[in-house]
Amino acid sequence: MTDTERILLGHGGGGRLSRNLIENEIVTRFGGKGPLAGLPDGARLQLGGETLVFSTDSFVVSPLEFPGGDIGKLAVHGTVNDVSVSGAVPLWLSLALIIEEGLEMNTLRRILDSIRTASEEIGVQVVTGDTKVVARGQCDGIYINTAGIGRAIPGLNTAVNKILPGDAVIASGTLGDHGMAVMAAREKLTLNNALESDTASVHRLVAAVSQWADRVKFMRDPTRGGAAAVLGEIVENSSFGISLREESIPYNPDARAVAEVLGIDLLHVASEGRMLLVCSPDIADSLLQSWKKLPEGAGAAIIGEVTEEAGRVVLETQIGGRRMVDIPQGELLPRIC
Amino acid sequence: MKYIDGFRNHRTARVITEEIHELAEQAGDARLMEVCGSHTMSIARYGIRKILPRSVRLISGPGCPVCVTDAAYIDAAVELAGKGIHVATFGDMLKVPGSSGTLAGARSEGAHIHVCYSPLDALRIAAENPSEQVVFLAIGFETTIPPVISILKRAAAQNIQNVSILTAFKLVPPALEALADDRDVAVNGFLLPPHVSAIIGAGAYRGFVRDYRLPGVIAGFEPLDILLGVRDLLQQLAEGKAELVNQYERVVREQGNRIALALMDHYLKTADASWRGIGTIPGSGLVLREEFLNYDATVKFGVSVQGGKPDMRCRCGDVLRGIIFPDECPLFNTECTPVSPVGPCMVSSEGSCAAYFKYSR
Repeated sequence: MTDTERILLGHGGGGRLSRNLIENEIVTRFGGKGPLAGLPDGARLQLGGETLVFSTDSFVVSPLEFPGGDIGKLAVHGTVNDVSVSGAVPLWLSLALIIEEGLEMNTLRRILDSIRTASEEIGVQVVTGDTKVVARGQCDGIYINTAGIGRAIPGLNTAVNKILPGDAVIASGTLGDHGMAVMAAREKLTLNNALESDTASVHRLVAAVSQWADRVKFMRDPTRGGAAAVLGEIVENSSFGISLREESIPYNPDARAVAEVLGIDLLHVASEGRMLLVCSPDIADSLLQSWKKLPEGAGAAIIGEVTEEAGRVVLETQIGGRRMVDIPQGELLPRIC
Repeated sequence: MKYIDGFRNHRTARVITEEIHELAEQAGDARLMEVCGSHTMSIARYGIRKILPRSVRLISGPGCPVCVTDAAYIDAAVELAGKGIHVATFGDMLKVPGSSGTLAGARSEGAHIHVCYSPLDALRIAAENPSEQVVFLAIGFETTIPPVISILKRAAAQNIQNVSILTAFKLVPPALEALADDRDVAVNGFLLPPHVSAIIGAGAYRGFVRDYRLPGVIAGFEPLDILLGVRDLLQQLAEGKAELVNQYERVVREQGNRIALALMDHYLKTADASWRGIGTIPGSGLVLREEFLNYDATVKFGVSVQGGKPDMRCRCGDVLRGIIFPDECPLFNTECTPVSPVGPCMVSSEGSCAAYFKYSR
């Protein structure tokens, strides 16, 4: 039996292996048509005159609690963000818990409190749920699944095929903080810094751009696989490419330090409270200013533009060189020397 | 990060690049080999090839420990894992193909494979599982060897007896000589590895540079370090010189790190070593001395590191010797990709093929 006949950890890394798994095994069975076509973050569903957005996400982060957040907060933000970047106002959440025998009750209480606080801040309601307990060793503390429903914002219907060369690429803040914070916590890297996860809801960032609905072409929260995976995905099979300026990309110095030590490219690292957006160049500056007025958009920056170089994401490096930005392949592995 | 950013300064880079273009005209065609995998990655990551003149070609050498690891070594590691032994390893080794399988495959079938950031993790795993055996995959060059060996010292001090190592340590200077002797390689100068040099010292290359009349520059991993290294090599070529330049004086001393060298000498002795795709290079490896064979996993568990059968179509050996560029291999980006690598150069984040795949397709 070859390696590819079993599930590898890399199949869950958000990179090329994950894509292959989803496209070859899931889309082929459930059809790539209708709301599932193009595998958006959230399905757009017509119900009478109303358009609803429906999305789901599961959370298995280890450690359960990390600087800047915990699995509960993440479970709310992750699904809320998927609904939000699909162009909707998030309204309702489901909450399913798979709990390992032996989890401390106080840990569970903290996680549930954190879910309550996060959903209250956003204004979403937990409306249904489920609880299962499995024997010790059959899951890692607690796994959480949430699903979310939101109401589509009229006119805000992004589509990759609306993107044109010259369009601006905007990031709502520093990239990769979440992944680096979790990795540093997991590996107990004592780098003497206060790096925190960026986990947050992007719903207000989405609301802020709705005034330019017709000129916003693309929105996505760069989670697993990072900005590289998101941008790589939209240029794939497209007639345009993207050029990024390394100097313009906002990074947290502490995240950079951790990435530097581990030999990881921050463009491959997950954020959990950020957005990438592509829009017409004429509104880029106004949109940026509107984001900068929000605390969650304070670090926003125009990081590049859409080019005619079809299918390629290219980075203009700090020293004036150029290189390709690839979709991460599988697991993020530390370098060895 | 401020300190590091100084070595990535855009304006300084432009000044050095201009100098490089001027010197290149006098130096003629230059084939410069960067021996270290981290150099390869840095060159690709900062797009350095794109700003160099066409007459200057940077060729990647065999300085990625994962890339030169024999298929037989992977087979032995998979065999150990199959016996229920915990295998602790740096992450890059997981996907390296052996004769038939990989460690990642073994892990998905239930083997105890632990990805480590530090060799100390192996010691921790051994201490936490006193009734189990733990083997650390001890690969690497002079940079990695001392920290790996240091766990043996600690194991003895803490009386941890269930840890051992599977050695495939490699040495850089004998590899340089083998490359310089190899007529197919035809290199004009070497960009020498900075961290290896921090251990062995700049002095370790003086004989090589003199005997082979090939310029060598020890350069750091930051883009400006690399550009300065290239400039110094071109300057020597333009002037017809062959000298050793230590461009990385902020880290590398003439004598190296004496404590690390003494530690290595205490536990290890030189031996011939097999380099994947290249073959056996005399005196280019280090193995445990007789008195420490109780830490040698091959002895402890009766496995042998011999007779691996890598995919013969893989041209990693030619890539590692700088004879072809990665994209000249017929498997590159067809059968061989980072997701399903055929050769180790496509696996390691520091491998030439991976660097090409990632940054320069």
